[in-house]
Order: sequence, then C-alpha cells, then structure tokens
Amino acid sequence: MSAAPAVAAMVRLLVGKVGLDGHDRGAKIIARALRDAGFEVIYTGLHQTPEMVVSTALQEDVDGIGLSILSGAHLTLFPKILSLLKSRGGEDIVVFGGGIIPDEDAAQLREAGVQAVFTPGTATGEVIQWVRTHVPPRKR
Amino acid sequence: MSGGGRKRDGTTVVHGRRGEWEETVLKPSLGKKPERDVAFTTVSDLPIERLYTPEDLEGWDAERDLGLPGEPPYTRGLHPTMYRGRLWTMRQFAGFGSAEDTNRRFHYLLEHGQTGLSTAFDLPTLMGRDSDDALAEGEVGREGVAIDTLEDMETLFRGIPLGEVSTSMTINAPAFVLLAMYLAVAEKQGVPLERLEGTIQNDILKEYIAQKEWIYPPAPSMRLIGDMIAFCTERVPKWNTISISGYHIREAGSTAVQELAFTLADGLAYVEAGRARGLDVDRFAPRLSFFFNSHIDFFEEIAKYRAARRMWCRFMQERFGAKDPRSWMLRTHAQTAGCSLTAQQPVNNVVRVTIQALAAVLGGTQSLHTNSLDETLALPSEESVRIALRTQQIVAEESGVTNTVDPLGGSYFVEALTTKMEQDALELIARIDALGGMVAAIEQGFPQREIAEAAYRYQRQLDTGEKTLVGVNRYTEGNGPPPALLRIDPEVERGQKNRLAAVKERRDRRRHAQSLERLAAAARGPEPLMPIVLDAVRAYASVQEICDALKPAFGTYREGKVPL
Repeated sequence: MSAAPAVAAMVRLLVGKVGLDGHDRGAKIIARALRDAGFEVIYTGLHQTPEMVVSTALQEDVDGIGLSILSGAHLTLFPKILSLLKSRGGEDIVVFGGGIIPDEDAAQLREAGVQAVFTPGTATGEVIQWVRTHVPPRKR
Repeated sequence: MSGGGRKRDGTTVVHGRRGEWEETVLKPSLGKKPERDVAFTTVSDLPIERLYTPEDLEGWDAERDLGLPGEPPYTRGLHPTMYRGRLWTMRQFAGFGSAEDTNRRFHYLLEHGQTGLSTAFDLPTLMGRDSDDALAEGEVGREGVAIDTLEDMETLFRGIPLGEVSTSMTINAPAFVLLAMYLAVAEKQGVPLERLEGTIQNDILKEYIAQKEWIYPPAPSMRLIGDMIAFCTERVPKWNTISISGYHIREAGSTAVQELAFTLADGLAYVEAGRARGLDVDRFAPRLSFFFNSHIDFFEEIAKYRAARRMWCRFMQERFGAKDPRSWMLRTHAQTAGCSLTAQQPVNNVVRVTIQALAAVLGGTQSLHTNSLDETLALPSEESVRIALRTQQIVAEESGVTNTVDPLGGSYFVEALTTKMEQDALELIARIDALGGMVAAIEQGFPQREIAEAAYRYQRQLDTGEKTLVGVNRYTEGNGPPPALLRIDPEVERGQKNRLAAVKERRDRRRHAQSLERLAAAARGPEPLMPIVLDAVRAYASVQEICDALKPAFGTYREGKVPL
C-alpha cells in the first residue's frame, strides 16, 4: 500500500483494557507501537466496563478498537462490546484484540465479528501491518 | 586483591596474566575466528564480558561480601546446610473455579508430594468484589478460585488440617479480609492461631507499580497493612505478614535490576510503616518474606538472589539497626517466569522452566513454584501441573545440585555479576529515596515509567531479532497441535452466585449489619481494624461488603494518566 503513511495519519484507534484484568504490559506496548507507527492512539487505562469502552470509542470517533484481555473473560467481554457498538451506531468500528485466547475461542470470536485475534508472541510489526490494511478511516 | 603470582592455595594463579593472555592467546584466536556477531548481554540488557578473572573482583572482599552460608551477609544462603538439611518447599500456586474445585486440586497436589499450599484467587476476589458484582461478569473462577464469604473458605480448606500445612495466599488489596477468613476457618477447626503457618502476599505497593489490582489509595492501604502486621505480631506469630514481591514487577516487563531495586525499596517502605506504628523492627521484620521471579537468564537470576540477600541484610543492619539475625535474613519464594513462556511450541516451556527452576535453586530460594507449559494458552491442566512439579523433583533429587551449599560461590563471574547488580540496584534505590521513598515514587509514576520503558525496549529487541525467543522469532516451524486445555465451565459463575445468594439469605442479618457498621465507624479513627474485620467475617459478611464498608473513610484509587 503506497498510501499507507497518509492513511495511517488519519486512522484513530482506541486501545482498551476491559474488566478487572490488570495485565497492561501488552496493551501499553501495542498502544505505543501503533502510535510510533503514525496512528492516533487513545489508551483507556485499566478496569473499563464494556459500556465505558464503547462510549469512549464513540465520543472519540475512533476507527478501530483493540482490546487486550488476559483474564479468560474474552468470550463474555468481546461479544458485549460488539453488541453495544451495534446498538449505538458504531458497528463500522473495527474491533480486534489479543491476549491469552485459545485457538478455538479465537475462531469463535472471529465468527462473532472480532476481526483479528493476536495471541502471545505476535510481533508488533504484524499488528501494525494488519491495522494498516484492515482499519480504514470511517466516513465522518 | 593485589599482586600476581601463585598463592599457596593456587586461587590467584592467573592473576595479573590477563593482559599477557589477551596478547598471546586471545588475539591470534580472534584473528583466525572472530566471535559471533551478537550482543553478549543478559535478557535485561546487562553487558557480559568475555571472561571473568580475579581482576574483575577488585575491591571485593570475600570475608565482607561473601562470608559463609548461614551468616551475614548471607550471600551464600540463609542456612549452613541449605538443601542438604531440607529441600526447598515445592509450592504450586493453584486455584480455579469454585472452592470445591480448588479443594480437590489441593488434595491432588498434597497426594503427589507437594509440601505447601498456595492459593490463587479469581479477579473479582483480588479486586474486593463479589461474584454477583457487575464487573465480575465473565471473570468468576477464571484465574483463580472465587471466594465471597467465610463459607467458601470453609469449603476451600475442607479436609486440610490447617495446623499441619503451610498456606500461601496470593491476595493483596483485600488481604485483610481473606486473612481474617483463614483465621476464622482455623478457629472452626479448633487450631490455635499461634500454630498457623503461612504467608499472605499483602504487598500493595507492587500493585500500584505492576499488577494493578487495588482498591484504596496508598496511604489507607498502608494503614491496613500496619494493622495486619500489628495483629499478627501479637496473635499469629508464625504468619508471614507480607510477601514483598518482585515477581509481578518483572512480569510487567522490568529488568532484573529493576525487579531487585523496586522490591527491596518496597520492603524498606513496609519496615518504615511498621516502625511508624511504634513496633520494634526486630518484632516484625523476621516475618517479612520475599517473592522473586526466576527468569530465563540463568546467571543474572542467580546473581539477583545472592545480591538481594546481601543488600537486605545490610539495609536491616545499617538503616534500621536490626539486632535479630532473623530480621537480617531475606527469605524468599520464587516462581519461574510466566512472561518468558511461549504460546508457540508450548512443550519448549518445560525446558525454560527447568532452567529457571535451576537458577532459583542455585540462587538459594526457600520455596518454588514452577509454571506449567500451557499457561500462555489457558489455566494449567492437571497433567501440565504434574510435569511442572516433577521438574522440581528432578532438580531436587536427580540433578545433584543440592549436594553442596552454594555451588557457584566464588565463581569470578557470579561474584562480579552479584556485585554489579547490587551496585546498579543501590543506585535505583537512591533515586527512590531522593523522591521521598517508594510511596512518593509511585505517586510520581517513577517505577511505572521505568518498567514500561524496559518492557517496550525488550519488545523492540524481539521485533528486530536482536534478542531470540525460540519458536517466536526464530526456529518457528514445528507448531504441533495445541495441548488439551483446562476449561472453566460457565456454570461455575452461576453456581457461585447462587451460593452467595443462599448465604446472604441464611446469615443472621442483625449481626451482619452491625458488624459492618462497626467496621465503617472504626475506619474513621485509629482503632486497629483486624479484630473488627474478624467479627464481620464470622457474621458471613462478604469480601465486597467488607471492602465497601471502608470506602467512605478510605476512598478509592484510580491510576493517573498512564504514560505510553
């Protein structure tokens, strides 16, 4: 994509920690790597509810939401966020995520509408590349 | 050390010849065959020299800095016989699902030769929330056992005589509640509190720094810890009141030196807190214990444990004037590094854990948890937990490393690295002192920033291939089928909510309400809280009800703006 840098400059992302999980090493690394790659990144901080994440995403008018979940609650929290987005007119926001997520669960999440699930060991470059090609700026 | 030549004991035979060796032996060899083009650094980026000789121990004094095992500064270990006398305690952290599920796992581990229990609580419990709280949804029993009321605690330890096992509980912000519940179970079993042995993590400072499971702001949290120290010193004298933990600091991405420095700085803050309550340091310091990570860089880890013991001994003697040798001794638990394990080719993790377990043992740990190979994928299965325990047993009973005390003592490299880590950590602690101590440093975000920076640097090194992680950024072919994973039945959450509702229905409402009112009132004054918390627990008040009762007086904590 030759236009990548220009596109990157326009894409706004929310990196979020949802639920009680305090493992924020990965989320902060990804947020910083995406920012360093030229995206506009908002990091929610810890202990957000799905409602808080969705409200922030809509207020900040983001194009994508990246969620980090290492607590095992991914099958509860991702679907909740997807359905809240849908009911509040944010269904075109791309949702992706990562964490301790078994393959089977990742497949289930993809089916439910999570566009990508990155598991431990993913290089930040891979996430950046994926976001460049899969998170278009929304029509505003 | 001075001069070269051969001493009678032969130890300094090479001293003074390094220059000559470099000229006549090394240089021609490098000319023919250069060294590999990689950075010779530890996983924490500490540069390591090609060779260590007596020249690297300039200023090091074997009598002062090394000593003998069982004597200050304990560099060679806390006990004169170390593992010849008694092996370390093999303590596998366990907890998942309901109290009933975890009770079964405890019995399983004890039957397989484990010698101490270690309890993992689920996230709602760690955050002081009940299973029926909105934020608990999807998290009940996932990462540990769900405990809401004394009834769950009774189930958790059913059939386990609390006077005969030592129990570790990994809980921090609501530690005062869970400790009270444990004491109440002991009362019900008829075990006198003086006989109880165990450890409660109760290290709130590292929560603000790394693990991020908090309830109240630092000042009231430190007051609760002071109350617990005072209570246990009187009533539960064999209980370890805080397990000062570097583990989570390291897991959050710190370097080994940062782990060492921040952990000891937390320890200094707790000693100050105890002294601020008028307790003599020698009355409570012997019951402070530590918990370090055992990461993959073998010698760096060994040096870290040795440096930690030496530093703590000197701090206790010099800064606090402790007189009791038990106050000088840094007793530690160790756990292999979860963050070093890979989801790719998970069986390789058994090898990593073996190296890390060896490092902890050669570092002189008092107890050890070895991680399971499938932890990056899910909670460990029964089979993978058994392999992890067997790993410790092989190190203990086959490898031969337990035959002699501190086998690496006197190694030029290990001694030089121990000293280097001590010096670097002392510099960091001096910076924390200059900020006003650890509580002030946390409020200023200092350790949090340092760790985030180190974590990001390491990720960059993995991304560029500067550092290797087998199966992740090199040797990536050969991902087998995923292992069979432990699944937490969603029914656990429903069952737990039902049990909690039933307890709420059954308990004596008046007694329950009164105990909470009394607690809320006491929190506004200086009255010691533990006896009142015990009463509330006995009245089957839940973890969240008790934690919430203190909030009007204590407030709640929110992290400030997180620097990226």
